Amino acid sequence: MAHVATPPAPTAPPHRRRAWRDILVGWSFILPNFVGFALFTLLPMLAAFALAFLDWDSYSTPEWVGLENFQQLWADENFHVALRNTLYYAAGHIPLTLVAALGLAIALNRKLRGVAFFRTAAFFPYITSLVAVAIVWNTLFNPTAGPVNQVLEALGVASPPKWVASTDWAMPSVIITSVWRDMGYYMVLYLAGLQTIPKEYYEAARVDGASAWQRFWNITLPCLRPTTFFVIVMLTIQSFKVLDLIVVMTDGGPGRSTLVLAQLVYREGITEGKFGYSSAVALVLFVIVLTVTVVQFRINERRSAR
Amino acid sequence: MTALHDAPPAAARPRPPAAAEDGDRSGGSPIRKALAYLSLTVVTLLVLVPFAWMVSSSLKRDNEVFAIPMQWIPQELRWSNFVEIWDRIPLLTYLGNSAFLSVTITLLQLLTGSFAAYGFSKVRFPGRDALFLAYIATIAVPWQAYMVPQYIMMQQAELTNTYWAIILLQAFGAFGVFLMRQYYMSIPDDLCEAARIDGLSEYGIYWRIILPLSKPALASLALLTFVNTWNDYMGPFIYLTDNELWTVQLGLRSFVGQYDADYAMMMTGAVLSVLPILVIFLVGQRYFIRGIATSGLKG
Repeated sequence: MAHVATPPAPTAPPHRRRAWRDILVGWSFILPNFVGFALFTLLPMLAAFALAFLDWDSYSTPEWVGLENFQQLWADENFHVALRNTLYYAAGHIPLTLVAALGLAIALNRKLRGVAFFRTAAFFPYITSLVAVAIVWNTLFNPTAGPVNQVLEALGVASPPKWVASTDWAMPSVIITSVWRDMGYYMVLYLAGLQTIPKEYYEAARVDGASAWQRFWNITLPCLRPTTFFVIVMLTIQSFKVLDLIVVMTDGGPGRSTLVLAQLVYREGITEGKFGYSSAVALVLFVIVLTVTVVQFRINERRSAR
Repeated sequence: MTALHDAPPAAARPRPPAAAEDGDRSGGSPIRKALAYLSLTVVTLLVLVPFAWMVSSSLKRDNEVFAIPMQWIPQELRWSNFVEIWDRIPLLTYLGNSAFLSVTITLLQLLTGSFAAYGFSKVRFPGRDALFLAYIATIAVPWQAYMVPQYIMMQQAELTNTYWAIILLQAFGAFGVFLMRQYYMSIPDDLCEAARIDGLSEYGIYWRIILPLSKPALASLALLTFVNTWNDYMGPFIYLTDNELWTVQLGLRSFVGQYDADYAMMMTGAVLSVLPILVIFLVGQRYFIRGIATSGLKG
């Protein structure tokens, strides 16, 4: 979405016959994909809105109930827990991934022989399967004899956290794992952003005697603003819809300590068959993501205007 | 490992000639260079520690995995884990299923995605840009928001517990169209115009000019789609109940549930599930980066 180039408008109004031909030809190209897209993405998306206002279990006939699902939602403690946990996850995942990705990108933005190897290595976690990632991190976080706690004990931490086994530390464990997994992807975006900063800026700053920190603060960060904006938007969308990592790592537990909104949608809708109710949760999730994204775009516009 | 060379060449925008390389001046002192390598190595090792742990544990006995103090190098390397696991779970079936789904979905994405992208970038007709906007908008909508209607549809069509459900839901994604269109926009329209004057039909232009020119973008899309499908967990988790239909991810996950204490075996399975991705990644890493830099959108 960052750079969608729109072609210039045609200068002369095309001939009518030609216009019809273009419509047919254009649609003939789009159709094979569009049929699948309309049927399996667009239609379900629209249906999701309607479903939220229905009372529909997998066995009964659908019935229009208006806002009843949302009233029920408001009183549902699971929903409050899931909402809080989703915000918790986002509040941890977004800033930490951002900082880690930027740090990696700056560290790896050098002209050194073999730097490509280091970049590749940092990117690899991102394309590793979630299940493998979850298995590995769950054992790393093993409360009694896992490497993480062995290291912490060696460093003198008397009673290290119980990580995935504890209600307080399960979410931080998930966040740490997700930051580790995702930072390579955003690092790539930041590397691309860093490459667009003209070298002359740094040279001029050096001549003026700017320190490394001043150069970072006054050149690198401002020049990276478009990238940062894009990264934040993507991270936000990604954070609010977190599901698979939770399902494979903790399945919402222990207790409800890592239950998130997307998981509530899945449980109520697909496991329990409460289609209407779960779609209400889904709609709330969608509205949150939409609102946050729109607000971010607004803030960005205002800042750019200055 | 070769690439991940400097800038991921974003197709849509040309790279400025002078790229920023702050922090390290070319021709710095040897000491500074050594320090730079040292810090890079430390950072990379930290990122890769979980993989090292995975590989080392896969070669241990079960009771060695959580030995105190921990051992990074097992006392004896139990390669037999990699033989035994094939008897414990039907791994070959799982791998085959994952490969089938990944290849099918990748081919369909490439075919319909690049075809549609041509319509969206090289043919002008009313409503085109509005339609494309709808495509982009759906990428930003969390998939979880409409997974239940999708599930109901598949249930009504009696396609749950078949590959059809997964293939139909993933083969026509908007992402492929978006990525290919971004690339096609960078191919000059004059090229198509010249071919049109020479009497080539639109389909001919697509097939004989655009497609051969877009090999890097096709490679990016193919790799991203393949890896995504291979690694997908929720799709198969929701739709596939029969064990014979399971993918590697589902098989591995259920193995964890069933044999909770077989840590070494779990790690062996994890290694085997990651291995195909590692190979594909090393072969085509340039294209991964290119695809991400071009589109910046995924997941």
